[in-house]
Amino acid sequence: MSSTTAGILFIASLLVALAVCYRPLGDYMYRVYTTTRHSRVELAIYRLVGVKPDGEQRWAVYARSVLAFSVLSILFLYGLQRVQNHLFLSLGMDPVAPDLAWNTAVSFVTNTNWQAYSGESAMGHVVQTAGLAVQNFVSAAVGMAVAMALVRGFARNKADTLGNFWVDLVRGTLRILLPIAFVAALALVAGGAIQTFGDHFTWATLTGGEQTFTPAAAASQEAIKELGTNGGGIFNVNSAHPFENPTSWTNWIEIFLILVIATSMPRTFGRMVGDNRQGYAIVSVMAVIAVISIGVTNWAELSAGGTVPQAIGHALEGRETRFGVSNSGMFASATTLTSTGAVDSFHDSYTALGGGMLIFNMLLGEVAPGGVGAGLYGILILAVVTVFVAGLMVGRTPEYLGKKIGAREIKLASLYFLATPMLVLVGTAVAMATETGRAAMLNSGPHGLSEILYAYTSASNNNGSAFAGVSVNTPFHNSTLGLCMAFGRFLPIVLVLALAGSLARQAPSPASAGTLPTHRPQFVGMVVGVTIILVALTFLPALALGPLAEGLL
Amino acid sequence: MDRMPSWLRQHLAALRALLVLTAVTGVIYPLVTTGVAQAVFNHQANGSLVAAKDGRTVGSALIGQSFTDKDGNPVRTYFQSRPSAAGDGYDMLSTGASNLGPEDVLDTLPDPNGADEQAKEGKQSLLTQVCARSRAVGELEGVSGARPYCTPDGVGAVLKVFPAVGRPSRAVSVNQACPAQPFTSTYQGVKVECGKPGEDYAAGTTVPVRGDVTDVRVPADAVTASGSGLDPHISLAYAELQAPRVAKERGVGLPQVQALIREHTTGRALGFMGEPAVNVLQLNLALDKR
Repeated sequence: MSSTTAGILFIASLLVALAVCYRPLGDYMYRVYTTTRHSRVELAIYRLVGVKPDGEQRWAVYARSVLAFSVLSILFLYGLQRVQNHLFLSLGMDPVAPDLAWNTAVSFVTNTNWQAYSGESAMGHVVQTAGLAVQNFVSAAVGMAVAMALVRGFARNKADTLGNFWVDLVRGTLRILLPIAFVAALALVAGGAIQTFGDHFTWATLTGGEQTFTPAAAASQEAIKELGTNGGGIFNVNSAHPFENPTSWTNWIEIFLILVIATSMPRTFGRMVGDNRQGYAIVSVMAVIAVISIGVTNWAELSAGGTVPQAIGHALEGRETRFGVSNSGMFASATTLTSTGAVDSFHDSYTALGGGMLIFNMLLGEVAPGGVGAGLYGILILAVVTVFVAGLMVGRTPEYLGKKIGAREIKLASLYFLATPMLVLVGTAVAMATETGRAAMLNSGPHGLSEILYAYTSASNNNGSAFAGVSVNTPFHNSTLGLCMAFGRFLPIVLVLALAGSLARQAPSPASAGTLPTHRPQFVGMVVGVTIILVALTFLPALALGPLAEGLL
Repeated sequence: MDRMPSWLRQHLAALRALLVLTAVTGVIYPLVTTGVAQAVFNHQANGSLVAAKDGRTVGSALIGQSFTDKDGNPVRTYFQSRPSAAGDGYDMLSTGASNLGPEDVLDTLPDPNGADEQAKEGKQSLLTQVCARSRAVGELEGVSGARPYCTPDGVGAVLKVFPAVGRPSRAVSVNQACPAQPFTSTYQGVKVECGKPGEDYAAGTTVPVRGDVTDVRVPADAVTASGSGLDPHISLAYAELQAPRVAKERGVGLPQVQALIREHTTGRALGFMGEPAVNVLQLNLALDKR
């Protein structure tokens, strides 16, 4: 079988597996977020936390709960890193420097998992498992909770409340993330991922060199890192490391985990708003964008454009032999189409157009299918913008799912859309305008600009992958990228919850002859168009100076 | 708690929620996973370690290593791994990729009169690294190491042409340090010069020259660093290229070596996942155990 055929089968098998999971997992998540029954363990947790699980929250209270939980998480994670030399099982690691600890804490709490440190030489067992991996779970659960609050905004009428954040947080973690992560972790160990709290030890290699074993609870963290679209690896080289991703089939499982929750969530949405066709429409938008993007990246990498790939004959720099070019490209697409940021190959060495496509994936706002939860609320905002644009064109009051998109709603949606481009472009501009900012570039020419653009895009969109040649473990970049991650996460969340609150308060407006149907292919096409055109208009100048210049010159 | 102001109550709830969820996902989850993994998949959970015939641990089946002597020269009786960007090569404490881009073609030539250590050492572009590795592997295996965009002396075939716009009046083969013979004598009628260390050629246009090489004998994985820097595998093509040398050095028949290669080749999982790959450490161990 040729590499291209095998690559196409690899992608097709993933799409089929995701399609098979769409209904059962989507329905399961619907029951998780709508049932009124609490398990005994959950009741015990609510008692320990000190909240009444049946008390509903208004949007502002919901948002304050999200922010309080996140701020305390950042402080806790910062503290844990600063004192890690006093903890047991710390493998002799020094305390993490203040600017790096801030950056890492924000990075994991915001579901970004940007890593300016090298795991095997900076973080001990306790920080990894009780600090970083915990945020892998809860930051994902926070994203899903916010998405559910927005969907409740569409589903409820004349209601003041959006649910209970603590209940959503605990259920998402306990009922969805934990069981899947546990099973996946064991599968990864079976393939060869390590899972040990042991210590370093050294052996002499066959020809008398020296190698040191780097112990880690890798499988348990790897599973939730992909499932929760987090991306922060135990080791510096992330999922390229054979101890995180040992075989071609564990690679398949990891890509599947990255995509599975986000692609099933539209089903949950459809069930909650009482019309499954709406869920199919949203997942179709995601699928169209994803398939185009995966196709472009694979084509660019397999055709190996550019001087060095042509000299090599195959775009193999930065790729593992067991994965090959095509499967690596699929992983790279999955990780940037969601907010994951894990890598099994190094994007900095991708062809100019392949690497450019990865940046574009993130610039789309990561909505195809996007991060767990974050992808759904991102694309629903774009759907709101689309009905507004369509309403302007035909001169009718725009409606979506029986809710009027009035002045307040469209203002919130627009602010949501503008938040990340502002962070990306201002961040890149500030970095390029300062001596310390520019010093981070490894490559010169347009590729250097791509490295900086990729960094600020990745941070602001909470992705976390990098053109990893960039040297960003400096106080300047740790601080500015940290700010981008924090604003890029919490500004949109507050706007989404405000929008949800205002939608929930509305009375339903019955569909009329002038209502734009939002479950037909026409609407799917319009959302795809609006998404791509809005992003292209916003970022074309920056892309033209980076990847496009490099690929076309 | 009801008498507390609501903002404080919320933060207290947040703190308690964080601690409870840390206990569940940060303590119970990894410990239970580790317990089950250690019990059921003990070998894998502890790193898939492998031993030599005398029983001492010599590595992990999943982690590549360098088969070189103290001076870094290939040990001729062993199959060689891919180049590695992890530390000085296959260093598990500093895993990494080169992260060099597709148009990284300009070297900084070592300049003995350079201002600092960096300038004195110079810096090889990714293109030159590829060309140099191709040449070295070709020499080791007794085949041609020629590749497109590479000079015969194993650096990137790249010209800087001046002025940047308009009719060329000067051309320099910038990766070939004087007194090297430029890979081509003329470019559009202009004589090509060799590169002078320390001279600034930034103003010219960069022109990589493909050359007319069509038959590339050294496989792609032999001239590229992997993503992890710990890649335990090489391609089937690279293993087959090395087989005659290893067979000759060890005084065994080529068919036996080829049989061992097949034995240590992992095909695509389910027939379509990943690429076929040969585990170098296990292959070399099998050769030693014969």
